[in-house]
Amino acid sequence: MKYVDEFRDPEKAKVLISNINKLKESLNADEKKPIQLMEFCGGHTHTIFRYGIEPMLPNWIELVHGPGCPVCVLPMGRVDDCIALAERPNVIFTTFGDAMRVPGSKKSLLQAKAEGADIRMTYSPMDSLALARSNPDKEVIFFGLGFETTMPSTALTILQAEREGINNFSLFCNHITTVPTIKAILDSPDMQIDAFLAPGHVCMVVGERPFDFVADTYKKPIVVTGFEPLDILQSIWMTLKQLAEKRCEVENQYSRIVPPNGNTAGLAAIDSVFEIREFFEWRGLGSIDHSGVKIRDNYQQFDAERKFKIPNLKIADPKSCQCGEVLKGVIRPWECKVFGGACTPEMPLGALMVSSEGACAAYYNFGNLPELLAKQSKNLEGDAT
Amino acid sequence: MCLGIPGQIIEIIDADNLLAKVDVAGVKRPVNIACIVSNEHPAEACVGDWVLVHVGFAMSIIDEEEALKTLALLEELGETQEEIYAMQNSAGANV
Repeated sequence: MKYVDEFRDPEKAKVLISNINKLKESLNADEKKPIQLMEFCGGHTHTIFRYGIEPMLPNWIELVHGPGCPVCVLPMGRVDDCIALAERPNVIFTTFGDAMRVPGSKKSLLQAKAEGADIRMTYSPMDSLALARSNPDKEVIFFGLGFETTMPSTALTILQAEREGINNFSLFCNHITTVPTIKAILDSPDMQIDAFLAPGHVCMVVGERPFDFVADTYKKPIVVTGFEPLDILQSIWMTLKQLAEKRCEVENQYSRIVPPNGNTAGLAAIDSVFEIREFFEWRGLGSIDHSGVKIRDNYQQFDAERKFKIPNLKIADPKSCQCGEVLKGVIRPWECKVFGGACTPEMPLGALMVSSEGACAAYYNFGNLPELLAKQSKNLEGDAT
Repeated sequence: MCLGIPGQIIEIIDADNLLAKVDVAGVKRPVNIACIVSNEHPAEACVGDWVLVHVGFAMSIIDEEEALKTLALLEELGETQEEIYAMQNSAGANV
């Protein structure tokens, strides 16, 4: 385990924290009006909590945990559509494991499975295609989820299905896109984010350039960030340095994985199979223009939405949930009235409590829960008076 | 889903369909290598490469030292086990 010691080098972390602290004066920030940095990606949120990065930071920096967890932002109506597909006779519905517990309006996939629907967990869309190959008398549907990171995998699977002439495989496409979502956050009137950590593995596919608008149009620094704890600390320092020097650029902290122009083969596969949807509905954020993709007409035989009838109903988020405000950094997870009470990882009400990459679940599992709940009741008392 | 896990390509299973056998923390499974091959780096040249694997697809070539560091780190956090569990219990992985 010699690498671990080297990688978690506390000295390197100390130097970075000290460099971050040195920037305070030129940033004119304090704990009452902290600098807000948004990590967009759920993978970053996960690392931040697993390594306790927040407590290491000075109190004039606040991390806002963005909407980059595809499971968390899936609206209830789409979960209901999944269940309707899964409950059709003769269907094997396949999904990544972390989508199993996402609440729909009546039940989750896990509950539907317990009631007898043939729902199976797969690690890869390739495995789902293999199931279709070995069950020619069944319709195998893959629940396609994720941002640009996983889009090449489903696109390449469809291209493979076409090459082999497999006609009992289809995709229920719920892929979402990063750029319109960051833009929607930037356009939101209550937006207060000062700078962004860009999702490293999305950029591995799409490259750096799609994020130019954050710096050029919105004048906010953005740094493409890796997933190790030192990557995150270094990126925080890089964004603060830009703010201190009054620069706003796209910088790449994760150049060991992210080429400036992304992955050519992956982008080509995405482009041949998918096209932009006019809009896509997000849990907590509502409808965002151009924020999802659908399957092109050329590949419609692999599109579960066209092959089967889905209810396609819009189901409003539970009223008590404040996921949207948490996602935009307007309130912190424990400031939501149902956090830790009506909404827990065991019985999630809002999507941010479902996945380990969701901000609320992360606070619940890795934060100081008694302290957070005490702060929450103090807040609620304040509201009542 | 978005973290991925490093693995090493040990053989090419099907050069036409760009399928390779990859060793991920001791577990061997087929991985699609379409995103890492090019004219300059054809399938046959990929054996021995360390790659970052996302949901069964090699998405990036990484150097060995980086791969081993990342693996050790994921292992310590218990995340390798989670990923391996998902691979080994994947419906369709062994059909």
